[in-house]
Amino acid sequence: MTEPLAVTLVKNVEEIPGTHTLHLALPPGHPFDFHFGQFNMLYLLGVGEVPISIMGWQDELLLHTVRAQGLVTKPLLALKPGSQLGLRGPYGQGWPLAKLRGKELLFITAGLGCAPVVAAIRHAVSHRQQFGRICILQGVKHHQDLLWQPQYEAWQRQGCQVLLAASEEKKRRHHWKLGMVTELLDQAQLDVANCAVLMCGPEIMMHAAIKTLAAMGMPDEALYLSLERNFQCGIGSCGHCQLGPYFVCKDGPVFHYPVIKNWFGREGI
Amino acid sequence: MAKAWLPRERLAALFEALKTAGFEVIGPKVKDGAIVLAPLEGPEELPSGWQEKAEAGSYRLEKTASQRCFAWNTGPQGLKPFLFKPEEVLWRAHKTADGIVFRQEQPQQSPKAFIGVRGCDLAALAIQDRHFLEGLEPDAHYQARRQGIFIVAVNCARSAATCFCVSTGDGPQASTGFDLVLDELEAGFLVEAGSPRGRAIAASLPLEKASPARFQAAEKQLQGARKQQRVMPAQAELAKLVDALDHERWQQVAERCLACGNCTSVCPTCFCSKQQSLGDIHGLEAQQQRLWDSCFSVQHSYVAGKVVRFDIKHRYRQWLVHKLATWQQQFGRSGCVGCGRCIAWCPVAIDLVEEAKAILEGGHD
Repeated sequence: MTEPLAVTLVKNVEEIPGTHTLHLALPPGHPFDFHFGQFNMLYLLGVGEVPISIMGWQDELLLHTVRAQGLVTKPLLALKPGSQLGLRGPYGQGWPLAKLRGKELLFITAGLGCAPVVAAIRHAVSHRQQFGRICILQGVKHHQDLLWQPQYEAWQRQGCQVLLAASEEKKRRHHWKLGMVTELLDQAQLDVANCAVLMCGPEIMMHAAIKTLAAMGMPDEALYLSLERNFQCGIGSCGHCQLGPYFVCKDGPVFHYPVIKNWFGREGI
Repeated sequence: MAKAWLPRERLAALFEALKTAGFEVIGPKVKDGAIVLAPLEGPEELPSGWQEKAEAGSYRLEKTASQRCFAWNTGPQGLKPFLFKPEEVLWRAHKTADGIVFRQEQPQQSPKAFIGVRGCDLAALAIQDRHFLEGLEPDAHYQARRQGIFIVAVNCARSAATCFCVSTGDGPQASTGFDLVLDELEAGFLVEAGSPRGRAIAASLPLEKASPARFQAAEKQLQGARKQQRVMPAQAELAKLVDALDHERWQQVAERCLACGNCTSVCPTCFCSKQQSLGDIHGLEAQQQRLWDSCFSVQHSYVAGKVVRFDIKHRYRQWLVHKLATWQQQFGRSGCVGCGRCIAWCPVAIDLVEEAKAILEGGHD
């Protein structure tokens, strides 16, 4: 297995408490080509590796949005600018945006699930002429959990339909729906005949969204999902991430739904 | 080359030829009540007269009056631990004034010759080759150990009660992937080369012309080994396991299964591993270690604070459906080579052939 590349933390931006975006500089002369939806393995010296989806590329820096969740991510977010960490990647299959030209795009995300699609949203918004309507549905537990609030507002100003839902808020807020993200679907005014749905978030949310979309007449072929499993190698070698016959790290994490339909959403798979 | 005859008293010549060619000789010996593969100096260390009595949940060695060295069928391990190490360092990290320096660990490997490899283990080797060498990135560690190994295969003269290689198509005859292959008779060995390297070694042995009677004897014992009690369903049948994910048998087997992972440890094709980073107390040096893992461990499917396969029935189902069915989609064949080790070494005598048949016999969802 290839050893990591040493990269330098340039900026460590707290988005909301416990969730930061790391801005990483690759060594000079090291090209980094990736597809939206792929992930990297980030390594903290002596602590370990963790798979993190690529949030974007901006000002020659690689962006990873990370939530402090486990043994690696917590100390990773405590790093100061100038620190070094290891990086392997990019790995996996991203969103097939080139194939989706001419279609309406519906992004459904929940929680930190928006990180794997945010680069795809940015690309679609900056190439508006290539796509039809763009609709972004984001669910969070509380409105304070919304990452990149200014970004959502900017997308709205650029003509995207942005719908937000908070599931555990006590009172209604302006522009926010109380409830699950799937409850926003009836407001999305979808053209089911010419729409592609890009989903990322907890599987239970995606499962519910698929059921609602199916009831609205959305064909399975329109659906793409980004999945999460235990990735330790990133190249389909360690065996941890299997979903039926697929290694999620290399055959995914973005899957065309018909491919995994028989396996997705089943207990213990 | 046609099969030639090596009298038993000249078997040391094979060891000498391999050592002269620069190989460390690894072969079977009796250790801790089992046949293990270990470095051997000469044929006197081979398990002469020993054979195993393997049944579901049981493995015992028995001494016989025979001089045969390869009357046993399997030990708990095949070639896997020699190529895909149970524990190894993949790369190292070192913090310097200029930043972190990463260095790939270069496996040091002396050329090894393995004696006594069976058809099932050659099939397992081909499967592991495919996984570790033909994936997205060839595994440098496996590759370094794999390159240059010399294999002396042996056709099985009998089968254990746990064997079912006939139905997986992988034995009892070693058909490909060896440098030399032996048929063992009481008085000695029929020797045949399977590669140019094998021919070169054979040319240096004191071989004699083999008599037709010896060919017949070898064929007869191979025929005897083909009579096996356990029969694994055909691959096309096994592929239907994916339609039986809700079968009640998964719960029944889970009530017996200890999730100990013995089956995956002794399986010559299981490839799961986990990684851990070992750092020094100063935070300046670290090594990334790879260890064998098992889909029976609860942590195997851990993701972001949750475990996907918390119940043992889901973990047993993952193992069996992967090994016998989804493996076919991944690698073009079943992941089972019929060695029967998982049956013998299961502490509660779970028999995967029996389980596969029971799950395929009705009750699909």
